[in-house]
Amino acid sequence: MLLETLAEPVAATGMFTLAWTMIAVPLVMAGLLLLAGKLTDRWGHLAATAAVLWSFAIAACLFGEQLMRPAAERAVENHVYTWFTVGPWNFEVTLLIDQLSILFALLITGVGSLIHVYSIGYMAHDDRRRRFFAYLNLFIAAMLILVLANNYIVLFLGWEGVGLASYLLISFWQHKPTAAAAGTKAFVMNRVGDLGLLMAMGTMLAMFGSTSFADVNAGAAQLQPFWATAMGLFLLLAACGKSAQVPLQAWLLDAMEGPTPVSALIHAATMVTAGVYLVVRSHAVFEAAPTAQLAVVVVGTVTLLAGAWIGTSQDDIKKVLAGSTMSQIGYMMLAAGIGPAGYAFAIFHLLTHGFFKANMFLGAGSVMHGMNDDVNMRHYGGLSKAMRVTFLTFAMGYLAIIGFPFFAGYFSKDHIIEAAFADNFFIGLCALIGAGVTAFYMTRLMLMTFFGEKRWLKGVHPHESPKVMTIPLIILALFSIFAGLLMNWWIQTWLEPAVGNHAHEVSLIPTPVGLATLLVVALGVAGAWMVFGRKPIPATAPQTSNPITIAGRNVLFGDQVNNFLFVGPTKVVARTADAADAQGIDKAVDGAGHAFAGLSTQLRRLQTGYTRNYALTMLWGVLIVGAVLILGQLG
Amino acid sequence: MNPENYLILAALLFAIGAVGVLVRRNALIAFLCVELMLNACNLALVAGSHITGGLDGQVASFFVMVVAASEVVVGLAIIVSIYKTRRSTSVDDANLLKL
Repeated sequence: MLLETLAEPVAATGMFTLAWTMIAVPLVMAGLLLLAGKLTDRWGHLAATAAVLWSFAIAACLFGEQLMRPAAERAVENHVYTWFTVGPWNFEVTLLIDQLSILFALLITGVGSLIHVYSIGYMAHDDRRRRFFAYLNLFIAAMLILVLANNYIVLFLGWEGVGLASYLLISFWQHKPTAAAAGTKAFVMNRVGDLGLLMAMGTMLAMFGSTSFADVNAGAAQLQPFWATAMGLFLLLAACGKSAQVPLQAWLLDAMEGPTPVSALIHAATMVTAGVYLVVRSHAVFEAAPTAQLAVVVVGTVTLLAGAWIGTSQDDIKKVLAGSTMSQIGYMMLAAGIGPAGYAFAIFHLLTHGFFKANMFLGAGSVMHGMNDDVNMRHYGGLSKAMRVTFLTFAMGYLAIIGFPFFAGYFSKDHIIEAAFADNFFIGLCALIGAGVTAFYMTRLMLMTFFGEKRWLKGVHPHESPKVMTIPLIILALFSIFAGLLMNWWIQTWLEPAVGNHAHEVSLIPTPVGLATLLVVALGVAGAWMVFGRKPIPATAPQTSNPITIAGRNVLFGDQVNNFLFVGPTKVVARTADAADAQGIDKAVDGAGHAFAGLSTQLRRLQTGYTRNYALTMLWGVLIVGAVLILGQLG
Repeated sequence: MNPENYLILAALLFAIGAVGVLVRRNALIAFLCVELMLNACNLALVAGSHITGGLDGQVASFFVMVVAASEVVVGLAIIVSIYKTRRSTSVDDANLLKL
């Protein structure tokens, strides 16, 4: 129903022919830093930052050029080279720079640049800093491949690339067993999701003979419902893995073991948002499969509430933010599942979330920097005076995420809640509750970190971070304030050619749903103040019999469930296979070997070296052969 | 005369030769016994040829004689060289080629 609004991409001209350098420059820089070794130790971080700034500059130029073009010519295809040809299938590496992918490219390179700059300060004392920047560049390049691809195969290349880069970065401090385990966990759980994408691609090749977005979008409408649903569910599985949605969410909180800029990059700008991108990009498939669409909405809603729940009871500042990411991505998935009404809002929220979540993660990094890398919020308190800039910028992110009027999140989240109510009252209600819980746990985080009494450990002297860290914070804080206002009236029209038309009136005056949201948010803030603002925070988490808190502290027992359902049975299977290998196969093979060895020892005895012995053997042989012949004649 | 008698004689000669190879240690005697067995074969071939009335057996016996002559050349040379190095022609002393 919306396909007629999709404009055919035009061939690349002018600046657009340089689009590939957006990917190539960081990629080559990553390779250089990794291969050149210690030679680049002194300037590697600066070169890596420059590489991302280059990508950002290109993205900005392309965006500017797109803005000047008429809407029909904004989507540009840039053919790079033919990857390989198999039978009737031809796999091309082609970049698609359209209204959707350019926004992603801007977010990835823009926020990515700020994170690079910030990391110069944050990682200043790490002796493996060069390596860290190489991995960051690899991440940026992989993510750009993911969003700029014009077909699923090339997208998959980037998809796996971010998986690899996230593994390297999450387990960057590999000398810590927890970090190594967290990296492995993220990697393995992502592979489960990747299986979904592989199966989706297989289905596409079988159905359409092509994986390019254009062919899939064009073919989806004629697809049999069964195959459309299967394809949609496979894509959803892929999105769940990458975006840490229930049931593949367990890796996200552990991923906090990585350096904080990594968390900001993964959560705000890159990997975790890839699932939402995938669903929005494949919208034609989902529109042909209402069941899959419903599944997306359910997954989004469940994750939105689960993430918020986890956020309410974690004491680790980064884990609160990680739970919050899950929850916000849940909002985006929910919006993407609603259908045409939600696509633009999903992307809108993704962009504003990119800004304020990067802001808050980097702010949390700044706090950790001042607190000797302590992440336990129970050891914070009263930091608003000690770290003025960090506090103020973090507060902007806080106001944006809870949806304080006219901050970035206010626009994007309210639109999603409105769209959810328009779709289904129950889903809308869940989204509304989610907004309240978000306000509750974020207020808790603010109160525990920046307000109240000092609960600092001995020997900790909080101080403001250097300028190289605070300036990115300030820029992100400005975006956290204004990004929503900036894009509110523009993003729907802008994205219309890429994701379809869906008129949704937006205005500054709150709708009834918007007013209800504000009320719920206010209730959340007040609730948090009642619980955490009025009395001192104990230095250790108090014992509680509240099942909600216990479940939240244990991350909703996700690890236990996974252990019980998957890890345990897999271990049993593996042990059985190992035992069968050792007891059965090894013994059989060894036994055969021993049997032949014994037989040959016996046979060796016949080789005496005495001529007459051999002659006797031959005679026996002749006699036996003769006897057989004669008896055969007689018979 | 009944041609089968020739075959019986050939069998006897072969048996004598075989027993000789098995029981005598002297390489020269063993060699003579091998010749005896070859001759027994030749006798059987010629007798068989006579019985069937063809020339196949005669031709085969001719080949056996050629092979036997060649064998004597090689075999005697080996025996002589063994005797030169070991001062003995006992076949049991020369068992170095076993595994």
